[in-house]
Amino acid sequence: MNPALQGLITIVIGVGGCLAYFYLSNQFLDRVLFPGTGEHAGRNINRANQIRPWLFLFPAIFALTLYLAYPVVETLRLSLTDRNAGGAFVGLANYRQMMDEPKFWEAMKNNMLWLIVVPAAATAFGLLAAQLTDRIKWGNIAKSLIFMPMAISFVGASVIFKLVYDTRAADQDQIGVLNALWLTFDGETSSLIFLRLVPAIIVLAFGAFMAYGIYLTLRPLIWGEAERGGGSWWTVPLRAAVAIGAAWLLWLSLKSIFNLFTVTLPYGEPQTWLTVPFWNNFFLMVVLIWIQTGFAMVILSAALRGIPEETIEAAIIDGASPFDIFFKIKVPQIMSTIVVVWTTITLVVLKVFDIVYAMTNGQWETQVLANYMYDKLFRANDWGVGSASAIIIMLLVTPILIWNVYTTRKEMR
Amino acid sequence: MSSIAGSKSGLTWAVHISVLLLVLLWLFPTIGLLISSFRTSDQIATSGWWDALFTQEQNMVLRAKPPKAQNQEGATWVISGNIFADNDESPATISVWGTSSREISKYTPGETADLGDKGKLTVEANGDYRLENTTEFSGKRGGRVFVTATAPPKFTLDNYRTVLFSGSTTDSMAKAFFNTLTVTIPATIIPIVIAAFAAYALAWMRFPGRALLIAAVVGLLVVPLQLALIPLLRLHLAIGIGKGYLGVWLAHTGFGLPLAIYLLRNYMVGLPRDIIENAKVDGATDFQIFTRIILPLSFPALASFAIFQFLWTWNDLLVAKVFLIDATGETTVMTNQIVELLGTRGGNWEILATAAFVSIAVPLAVFFAMQRYLVRGLLAGSVK
Repeated sequence: MNPALQGLITIVIGVGGCLAYFYLSNQFLDRVLFPGTGEHAGRNINRANQIRPWLFLFPAIFALTLYLAYPVVETLRLSLTDRNAGGAFVGLANYRQMMDEPKFWEAMKNNMLWLIVVPAAATAFGLLAAQLTDRIKWGNIAKSLIFMPMAISFVGASVIFKLVYDTRAADQDQIGVLNALWLTFDGETSSLIFLRLVPAIIVLAFGAFMAYGIYLTLRPLIWGEAERGGGSWWTVPLRAAVAIGAAWLLWLSLKSIFNLFTVTLPYGEPQTWLTVPFWNNFFLMVVLIWIQTGFAMVILSAALRGIPEETIEAAIIDGASPFDIFFKIKVPQIMSTIVVVWTTITLVVLKVFDIVYAMTNGQWETQVLANYMYDKLFRANDWGVGSASAIIIMLLVTPILIWNVYTTRKEMR
Repeated sequence: MSSIAGSKSGLTWAVHISVLLLVLLWLFPTIGLLISSFRTSDQIATSGWWDALFTQEQNMVLRAKPPKAQNQEGATWVISGNIFADNDESPATISVWGTSSREISKYTPGETADLGDKGKLTVEANGDYRLENTTEFSGKRGGRVFVTATAPPKFTLDNYRTVLFSGSTTDSMAKAFFNTLTVTIPATIIPIVIAAFAAYALAWMRFPGRALLIAAVVGLLVVPLQLALIPLLRLHLAIGIGKGYLGVWLAHTGFGLPLAIYLLRNYMVGLPRDIIENAKVDGATDFQIFTRIILPLSFPALASFAIFQFLWTWNDLLVAKVFLIDATGETTVMTNQIVELLGTRGGNWEILATAAFVSIAVPLAVFFAMQRYLVRGLLAGSVK
C-alpha cells in the first residue's frame, strides 16, 4: 500500500479512534453504567464523575507507561543481563566491561566537556543577544534570524558546518570558511590579537564568572547567613560541591590561558579541523551552540522584559552605568530563568547524538555517550553494555529530573 | 531603557553594530550552504562560496574549432569564432591568455601569438579569435587555448533538478521527502488528541492522585529517549509491529506526550474558571465542555505544541533509524538520506548542500510562518 495513503488512513483511524473512544466511553458511563436518571440518579452521577477523569486519562497514561516508564525499568533490567547467555542475570558485569573500555571514558570525558561548554556558551550568547536586541528597533528581525537555527535539524546543521570546516590541499583554493580565514593568519600582530588575546579574554571572563559563583555559593557559609536566612542543613554539602566544581573550572580556565600563550600554532597550513584531537570536540560543540543560542535568547529576552521598570529607573537615577545595570540589576533578577535555560540546554547536550553521528561518528576522540550507546546497540549488537550506557545517561539526567519535580510540586502548592 | 540608549549615542551605535555582527555570524554558515546549492560542482571545488557573489577570475582550457571548420580566404586558411561560444561557456572577459600550459598568461587580448608552422592566433578580450595559416589545417581536434577570464556570477538550478526529480537512487530526495511527511503528520496529530483529553482531566477535574500524575509527567519530560530504544524495539518486534511507520508513529506519540500534556495543562489551568462553571451549571457534560469550550480556547497552546512536535519529528534521526528504517532502506527519511550522502558523497558538495536545503526548507517555512506560537510554547514549557 502507498505509505502516503497508509499515513492518511492512520490519521483517520488514530484521530477518529481517539475521539470515538472518548465519546463512546463517556456515553457508556453516563447511559449504561451509571445512568443519571431514576432511583439512584444522584449517587450515579457522583460515581460517574469519579470514573470520568480516568477515561480521559487512560490513553495518555497507557502510552506514557508503555513508552517511557516501562523502558526505564526494562533498560535497567537489560543492563544487568547478558544477551549471549540467553538473558541470564549477570549483576554488574556489563558495567564493569564498559568501565574497562577506553572509548567509554573518552565519551564520558567529552560529555563533561560538552556539559560545561555548550550550556555556558549558549546561555552567554543568548543573554548577550537578548540584551542587545531589546534596545533597538529592528531587534525583532535580528532575533528571528538568530532564532532560525532552532528549526534546522541537527543533521542539516552538521552539513552546514562540515562545509565551514572543509579542507583542501595547501596549493588549492580553500572552500571552507574556517580554513580560508585561518590561512590569512601568519603569526603577526593580527593573529596575536585574534588567536591568543581574544580567546584569553573570553576564557578569563569565564574564569571570573566562576570565581564570582564560588563567592556567591560560599558567602552564606562563611558569614553564617545560612542559619539566619532559613537555609536547611543539606544546602551545606551542596554548596561545597558546587564551589569545588567551580574552583576546578576556574583552575582549568587559568591553565588554558597559560596554554594559549605558549602553544605554537601551525600558521599557513590548512587544517582538517575535525581530526585535531581534543579541539575537534569544540568544533562539534559550535554546531549545538549555534542552534541553542536562539532558544536561550528568546527565553531570556522575555525574562528581561519582565523586569520591573522601577528597579532600572531607580538605578539610572542613582547614576549606575549600563554595565552596572545589566550585571547588578538585571542579571540577578532573571537568575532563575538563567538556571532554567541552563538546565534545558544541559538536557539537550546529554542526548546529543545526531551531530556527532553525522560529523565524525565518534572518530578522532570525539565520542559522546549517546553515540557510544548507539554504537554498542546497533553496531556491536551488545544490548547489555548499550543498556548500561543508557542508564549512565539516565543517572546524569536524574538530578535535573528531581529538581524539576520538586519545583513543580512547590509551585502547585 | 531608551533613556540610557538615548543619552549615549555612541553606545547605541555600538549596539547596532554588534547586533549586526552577531546576526551575520549566525547567518553566515547557512548562507554558505544555500549559495553552494546553486553552484556547479566545478565552481564549488575551485573557489569558496563567498567568491560566487562577485565577478570571478578563473582559468579555463578551451579549444578552438576543429580544422574541418576552416575557410579559405585567398591564400590563407582561417578558423575563426568565439572561444566561449564554441565551448558552450558563458561569455567572459579575457585578461590574459596563452597557448601552452606552461605559459598560460603569455599574451594580452588583441596580441597575436606566433605558433610557427601551426599559424598565427589572435584572441580578443571578448573571446573572438582568428587562427590563420598559409597551409591547410589538418588533424581532428582544434588547438588548445589557455585563458584567464573574469566571469560574472553564475548560478544554476541543476542541483535541485538532480536532487528532486532525477530519480537517481542515491541522490534523489523525493522518496525520502514523502517518507518524512508520512512519518511527521500522524506523529504530530495523534499525540495532540490524546494529550488534550489528559490535560483537561489534569487541569479541571478533581480526583485522587492528580498531583502525583502531574509530577510524573514533569519527571517523564526529561527522561532521555535513549532509554526507550532497546526495550521498545524488542517490544515492537515481539508483538509484530516490527520496523515500520506504525512503530515510528507510536514511538513519536509516546515521546511527545509528556511535553504535550505539560504545555496544554499549563495553558488550560489558566482559562477562566467562570466559563467552565457556568457551562456546568447549564448542564453541559465534561465531554461537551471539553470539545465546545476548552479545545477552541486552547488553540494557541495546541498550535505551539504542534509546531514543536512537527519540527522535532521532521528533524529526527535517531527514532527513525531505530524504529522505521529497515535493511531495504525503502522507508528512509531525509535526515538519514543526508547522513548516508555524507558518507558516500562527502566531497560532492553540490548534492549535499542541495539535499540539506531541501530538508531544511519545510521546517524553515513553518518556523517563519508560525514563529509567534513557537515562542509562546517555548516560554510556557522550557523544560524538554
